[in-house]
Amino acid sequence: MIRVNDLTKDYGTRLAVDNLTFEARQGEILGFLGPNGAGKTTTMRILTGYMPPSSGTAIVAGFDIVKESLEARKRVGYLPETVPLYTDMTTRGYLKFMADLRRVPNADDAVDETLDMVGLLDRANGYIGNLSKGMRQRVGLAQALIHKPDVLILDEPTVGLDPAQILEVRNLIREVGKERTVLLSTHILSEAQQLCDRILIINRGKIVVEDTPQNLQSKLTGSQRVQLRVRGEADELAAKIRQTKGVEEVLVQSDGAIEFQFAPGKDLRPEIARMTIAANYDLLELHPVNLSLEEIFLQLTRENASIDQQEEEAE
Amino acid sequence: MRNIWIIAKKELIQYFSSPIAYSVAVLLLGTLGIIFAFTMLSITDTSNPPDTRSNSFAVAFLLMLFTPALTMRLVADETRMGTMELLLTAPLRDYEMVVGKWLGAFMFIMILIAVTLIFPAMLNARVDPGIDQILLISNYVGIILVAASLLALGVGISALFSNQIAAFFTTMTLFILLWWLIGVPANFLPQGGEIFKYLNISSQLGDNFIQGSVSPSSIIYFLSLTGLGLFVGSAAVEIRRWR
Repeated sequence: MIRVNDLTKDYGTRLAVDNLTFEARQGEILGFLGPNGAGKTTTMRILTGYMPPSSGTAIVAGFDIVKESLEARKRVGYLPETVPLYTDMTTRGYLKFMADLRRVPNADDAVDETLDMVGLLDRANGYIGNLSKGMRQRVGLAQALIHKPDVLILDEPTVGLDPAQILEVRNLIREVGKERTVLLSTHILSEAQQLCDRILIINRGKIVVEDTPQNLQSKLTGSQRVQLRVRGEADELAAKIRQTKGVEEVLVQSDGAIEFQFAPGKDLRPEIARMTIAANYDLLELHPVNLSLEEIFLQLTRENASIDQQEEEAE
Repeated sequence: MRNIWIIAKKELIQYFSSPIAYSVAVLLLGTLGIIFAFTMLSITDTSNPPDTRSNSFAVAFLLMLFTPALTMRLVADETRMGTMELLLTAPLRDYEMVVGKWLGAFMFIMILIAVTLIFPAMLNARVDPGIDQILLISNYVGIILVAASLLALGVGISALFSNQIAAFFTTMTLFILLWWLIGVPANFLPQGGEIFKYLNISSQLGDNFIQGSVSPSSIIYFLSLTGLGLFVGSAAVEIRRWR
């Protein structure tokens, strides 16, 4: 469990984290999203006890991160953005060291178990310096998991991995996230969408929005947008659709698909389908388009920026 | 305590996979081997044991030269590699990490120092009445105290930097100051020069332990230097958190 209250971090002139308040429950994967420099890493570093906050409090796994830092640190697994590895140690030696430091009982068994979990048993006795980037990322993840922490904090765990490795790491996170609290930062929005139970978007140290991926999408999509595809030239059909009452913003995309949306509260998909067939077109596709999280994200951060701008102008 | 030991063990393992540690070992033992070879060759009368004091002093002097190479990476490299984030978020107090690193380096140096005992042992076998063993023990107590304090100062300086080379040169400069420069005023001042002599590592070692006298004030001097180095190191790590 993570409970953050009015957390602020001030780097002299720059406010990196600005009165952040949020909560992550046990068994929940909370996605922490934001552009570079939004304050994700700083927040994570405060929660893991790497640096103290300027003000505010946070409870991690039941312990205050400032007053009971050591107790909180015992219960947290952390994968920093730059994977902290000793390249001159073997994978096994490194994990054994971390297990000892974390006071893991039966450290040798725990090392084997964790190596197996991240699929590195066959590379256990080689030097970390000889591992590929994806494997190093997995060693980093193993280090964060070795003591079976209540809270797992992962700073961009899939960055720099190839697609197959990304899938592997995501599956691993989903697996371990079942009974733990996971806070995961990423700037890949589809990743947050797939992995997280809840998403927290932050920008300039402040929360922009907090919701489930599904709600976030429907909340922001507003009126229904639809894509239609027919065989052959579609310009004429687009003109027809444009004339239909209740249809707005008709666009013909470069690949020939027609995109449009209905006036709020209306769904004219059956009418459009009948019209298309009546006009002798071969209807190939007709489906709703969801705003991708990328678009939502841009929209939100841009809105935020323009509000800031207005405030500045008002001053 | 256990945390200190875990860190020390890791450092010792890392020394044994580090090319720098091996070159230090080779240079130190090689140079001492040559010096002792000359001592052996200079023996004409085997019933007259040679003076081992200058050789013991040479052990300490060479340790002073090579210590910065052993300590420079201890904390600085963790900062540069990002592994500091690992240690500072582990359930480990800052001073435990610094003391553990010092202990790891100290254990490595102790192994080297133990190996250097081969030379006096050989001398001892060569001459009939044997060398002065009480004197030798006093010499080695001094050498160990010098090593402990130099390593602590090296660790402390390493914690101030994220660049090993900067740590190396700063450590070297401090060692030149403490080994030699700080003792210089003692030769010129008509009075009050004692304090400079007290602060001078080479006089503390050369005038006391090497001559066979183990004085509490000298022991206190070296232990204070050790404490100071470890304190600076812990404080530097702690301060880094607040930046």
